[in-house]
Amino acid sequence: MNKSTSNRIVVLGVLAFLLVASGCKKKQPAPPPPPPPKAVSATLSANPTSIEAGQSSTLTWSTENATDVALDGNKVDPSGSQTVSPTQTTTYHLTAKGAAGTQEATAQVSVTPKATPTPTPAPTPPPITEDQLFAQTVKDIYFDYDKADLRPDAQQALAQAAQVIKQKGWKVQIEGNCDDRGSTEYNLALGERRADSAKQALIRNGISADALKTISYGKEKPQCTDQNEDCWQKNRRDHFSLLH
Amino acid sequence: MVKEKRIGTGKSSLLLLGVMLLGSFLSAAAQDRIKIELNMGQERPRIAVPDFKGANGDPQTAPLNTVFNQVLWNDLDNAGIFDLVAKSFYPSQTPGQPAELQAKAWGDPPPNAGVITFGNLGVNNGKVDVQGWLYDVKNPGAPQILGKQYKEDATPDMARTIAHRFADEIIARLGSGIAGIAESQIYFVSTRSGNKEIWSMDYDGANQKQITKLGSIALSPRISPDGSRLAFSGLAKDSWQIMMYSLELGRTVAFPRNAGDNFSPAWASDGTKIAFASTVHSGLSEIFVADANGAGARRLSTGKGDVSPVFNPKTNGQIAWVSGRTGLPQIYVMDADGSNVQKMTDQGYAVSPAWSPNGLLLAFAWVRNYGPGVLGGSDIYLMDIASRQIIQLTHDGGRNDFPSWSPDGRHIVFQSNRTGNEQIWSVLADGTHLQQLTRQGRNSQPNWSFK
Repeated sequence: MNKSTSNRIVVLGVLAFLLVASGCKKKQPAPPPPPPPKAVSATLSANPTSIEAGQSSTLTWSTENATDVALDGNKVDPSGSQTVSPTQTTTYHLTAKGAAGTQEATAQVSVTPKATPTPTPAPTPPPITEDQLFAQTVKDIYFDYDKADLRPDAQQALAQAAQVIKQKGWKVQIEGNCDDRGSTEYNLALGERRADSAKQALIRNGISADALKTISYGKEKPQCTDQNEDCWQKNRRDHFSLLH
Repeated sequence: MVKEKRIGTGKSSLLLLGVMLLGSFLSAAAQDRIKIELNMGQERPRIAVPDFKGANGDPQTAPLNTVFNQVLWNDLDNAGIFDLVAKSFYPSQTPGQPAELQAKAWGDPPPNAGVITFGNLGVNNGKVDVQGWLYDVKNPGAPQILGKQYKEDATPDMARTIAHRFADEIIARLGSGIAGIAESQIYFVSTRSGNKEIWSMDYDGANQKQITKLGSIALSPRISPDGSRLAFSGLAKDSWQIMMYSLELGRTVAFPRNAGDNFSPAWASDGTKIAFASTVHSGLSEIFVADANGAGARRLSTGKGDVSPVFNPKTNGQIAWVSGRTGLPQIYVMDADGSNVQKMTDQGYAVSPAWSPNGLLLAFAWVRNYGPGVLGGSDIYLMDIASRQIIQLTHDGGRNDFPSWSPDGRHIVFQSNRTGNEQIWSVLADGTHLQQLTRQGRNSQPNWSFK
């Protein structure tokens, strides 16, 4: 019960006492003509108005000039409170009857189903970004010296990558690269052929040409600069980037 | 087996390039080195180049005179058409004026000079004054061939410039009327700013300056015939584009973009056309030609991996380029409308054609005996287009690439990693006078100006 409600009850109680006391005093002289019946009033409130199933709410009501007060058909005091624990949303009716007539008031208590305790979540891997997923799915493919033909392993890798690219609706930039032994300008041309080889393979695997862009970096963006076959092989590659 | 080939200039009856085949590459057993000799149809003139005299005691006179004398000597030496008389043979008295010239002392042995150049240099009121002469000391009358006077701001740069101008006058007078190259420029790619940008330098390696500030990757500089604009390949946000730098405005100017990648530009020698490689049509690079402002681009070739076009500068009627259409890259020539395609090389790895100013020779880079395990050795070769005779110019190992001809057709500049990393070198077209021009950073793809 909050403070304003209790204040109101005190005030109403004092008023009722004064009325009763004055009424007592006025009975002593000759009875005056009966006063016109006073208007009946009724209020009903619920606190809280919304509960979870199993919890309770307090109904508080007050009436004036009522002789017969009932809450949902059960006779109650003219003013009072009552704890309720409805299992579903319920509207409570207060009926106050007096000489001047009948007043009704209603209050609703909303009931939400009891929250089932959340099970402790199973440990899940931290979410990966789209770029990380792309990098895991569409990996570099490698070429032989001065060749732009796809090796069998590259063809297989691209066929698998194509499934995900299609499903995700990714747009892909294919970047052709060369090792540093060839000539700068010719390597740009060779890188274009390498990028185009991958593009054609992805198209054969159902990717739209519109989702594919090619560029050659020739020998301008090496992964390593050692002068040995390991490093040269690393640089003879198509790299794939997700376009945003 | 000795065979001599003479290549005339058309106008002049003087022999420009005597191509002497010391062995034929067609003969497998024969030693296949071939030499080109540059001469004037006669003996190379013996020229005496005594230091110019300081004309006064101004404190700037001596240092500027030192710069001038060094540059003049080097220019005449680099020209490749003179024998410079060694200074140890010079008479003790050096002329600074014609009146001081004792012609006989220079024309007789030991100097045995044919011609002498001499003069004086003095700084007055912040200006450097140079008087220079060229005299024929073999003729009894010792006639004057040339007399010039120059006045410029007294700076080492201007002393250098005056020496270049005077050297070019001498070379033009004694070198079959072909202008000297001492004032020409070489454009190249350098990494020394941290990424690849286009730089320029004087023909002798002096005055190296950064031109572009693209901030990504700039490749394949090609200076316009009039020297005002520099075309190059630049890596834009998502593609390679032909870009244009105005040397007059000092900034990049607009040039039309094409879809796909566009690279390796080349100017027609009349400045009206630019050829380049583009993937716009097929996704593979093909040769295109456009107007000099980039408009009206049209496709000339339909190859797999076509790149590095270059016009025949004598006629602009043909284009040489590189194609990988049959496997390893080879040199091809076609008419400028795309017809009449001819394959010029058919073995090894042949790239980077450069057409000589007289239209008769192609320089190119070739891994001639390409095969498994023999990768990496690329040398510069010259091909006489009419006969398809091939001459090897460099023999020093490493990767030599991107030859470019000097305006006089007597020199070739190229990149080489013979010292361990890529640097720019120049060499006379007869294979002599090899000089390293760059040392800082890695430097590549030199392009010699048209004049």
